[in-house]
Amino acid sequence: MLTPLGADVASTWEGIKAGKSGIRNIDHFDTESFATRFAGLVPEFDIADYLSPKDARKMDVFIQYGLVAAIQAIRDAGLDMDKEDADRVGAAFGSGIGGLTNIEDNHRKMLDSGPRKLSPFFVPGTIINMIAGNLAIMYGMKGPNFAITTACTTGTHNIGFAAQQIMLGQADVMVAGGSEKGSTPLGMGGFAAARALSTRNDDPQGASRPWDKGRDGFVLADGAGAVVLEDYEHAKARGATIYAELAGFGMSDDAYHITAPAEGGVGAMKAMENALRNAGVAAQEVDYINAHGTSTQMGDLAEIAAIKSLFGEHAEKLAVSSTKSMIGHLLGAAGAVEAIFSILAIRDSIAPPTINLDEPDEGCDLNLVANTAQQRNIDYALSNSFGFGGTNGTLLFKKV
Amino acid sequence: MSSIEDRVNKIIVEQLGVKPEDVKPEASFVEDLGADSLDTVELVMALEEEFETEIPDEEAEKINTVQSAVDYIKAHS
Repeated sequence: MLTPLGADVASTWEGIKAGKSGIRNIDHFDTESFATRFAGLVPEFDIADYLSPKDARKMDVFIQYGLVAAIQAIRDAGLDMDKEDADRVGAAFGSGIGGLTNIEDNHRKMLDSGPRKLSPFFVPGTIINMIAGNLAIMYGMKGPNFAITTACTTGTHNIGFAAQQIMLGQADVMVAGGSEKGSTPLGMGGFAAARALSTRNDDPQGASRPWDKGRDGFVLADGAGAVVLEDYEHAKARGATIYAELAGFGMSDDAYHITAPAEGGVGAMKAMENALRNAGVAAQEVDYINAHGTSTQMGDLAEIAAIKSLFGEHAEKLAVSSTKSMIGHLLGAAGAVEAIFSILAIRDSIAPPTINLDEPDEGCDLNLVANTAQQRNIDYALSNSFGFGGTNGTLLFKKV
Repeated sequence: MSSIEDRVNKIIVEQLGVKPEDVKPEASFVEDLGADSLDTVELVMALEEEFETEIPDEEAEKINTVQSAVDYIKAHS
C-alpha cells in the first residue's frame, strides 16, 4: 500500500489510527494558475527495493505504484510462486485514469519535436492493464489477468471480480487492487474544471472534511492498494496469515448522471444491499462502514441517506467513517486502500476516524467517528465505492 | 570533450542499465546486454539526441553492437 500517509501498510495504518492528515501542497509542478494547489502525495521511497530502476523508468508512476503495492502484498502473504501452480494464480489490477504523466510528457515531446521522438515505451508504459500484465511477467502468474476501470469504484470492482474468479474455479490465488497517480497538471486541472475539488488552499489538511458543513469538494490523492485473495482451503494448507474473509460483493448503477449521485442514494443503497444478499448476512450484523465519503456536497448526503434507508434503526448502532478525510480521494486506488482499512479495522477492533468533522451537516447524525478512532469489536465491515458514471460497488469483509 | 566511444558507452550504460565494464566493443545489445527490441529503439533515439542526428530506420536496424553504434556515429558526424 502506498498512500499520502506512508509508503507501506504499517505506516499508513498508524497515521490513520492517530487521525493524521497526509495532504500537502503540490511541489512537483507550478500550481500558480490552478484553482487547487494541494493534493495527497505519496512520500518518497526507494523504488529499487521493488523494481530495477531500468524497468521502472519505462513505466508511468501509476504502474510503479501498483507494482510496489502488489509486491508488498505478495511478500506479506508469503506467496511463493515456486510452490504454486502458475496457471492458478492471477492478477486483477486497475486504475481510474491510467498514465497521465506519460501522456502529458509524450504529448509535449510530439508537439515540440515530432512523432519520431515518442518513446517506444509510451504505450506499454501508459495503458491501464500493465500493472496486472507486469505482475504476470515478473512472477510467472499464468491465470486470469485483467484490469477493470470504473473510475472511483475501480479498486473495489477489481477485488470483487478477482474473488469471483476464485469462486468460479478459474484461480486459487488472485492479486488484486487499484492504483492512481492523478496529481498531474491535467488531472488537477480537469477535476477542478468539473468543480469537484476543494479549493481550501490556505488549509490543505483541513480540506477533506466529509459530512462537515464547511466541506467544498474532494481532495485528489495518489497511491495504490493491493490484496492477495485466496481460496480458504488453499490459504490454510500453506499456513498463510488470513486477515479476513471477503464475504460478499455487490454492485449497481445509479443510471442518473455522469458525476452526481442519484437522489436519496438509491444506487449506493442497492450496492450495499446486494453485497449483504451475496453473503447471506443480515443488515443488523454489520458493525462498521468505510464510507465512500469524498467530502462533496451531494455525495456525502446521498450516502448517509442510503445507509439510513438500508439499515433503518440499526444505522444508529453503526460506526461509519471516511478515511478519505485523512488521505484524500485516491480515485481508482480508493476502493483498494479502503478495503485494507476495513480489514485492519476488523483485525484491530478499531473504527478509524473521520477527521475535520467539526460541525456535521444537517441529517449527518450517525456515529461518524468524528475526529478520534473508536475501539469496538467489528465482525462485519462494509467498504463502499461510488464512481463517475454512477457505478457503485460494495465489499463485505468478515472476521475470521 | 569526451570521445565518441565514451559518449556512446555512457548512453548504453544509462539506457540499458548495464555495468560500464560490460560495454565492450563487440557486445551485442540483445544477446550480451539484455536489451529487447523496444530497448534498442529507445537506445537509437538516445544516440540521435546526444549526437544531434537522425538515424533512418533501415540504418538503425544495423546498429546492434557497441562497435556498430560507434562506427555509425563516426561516419555521420
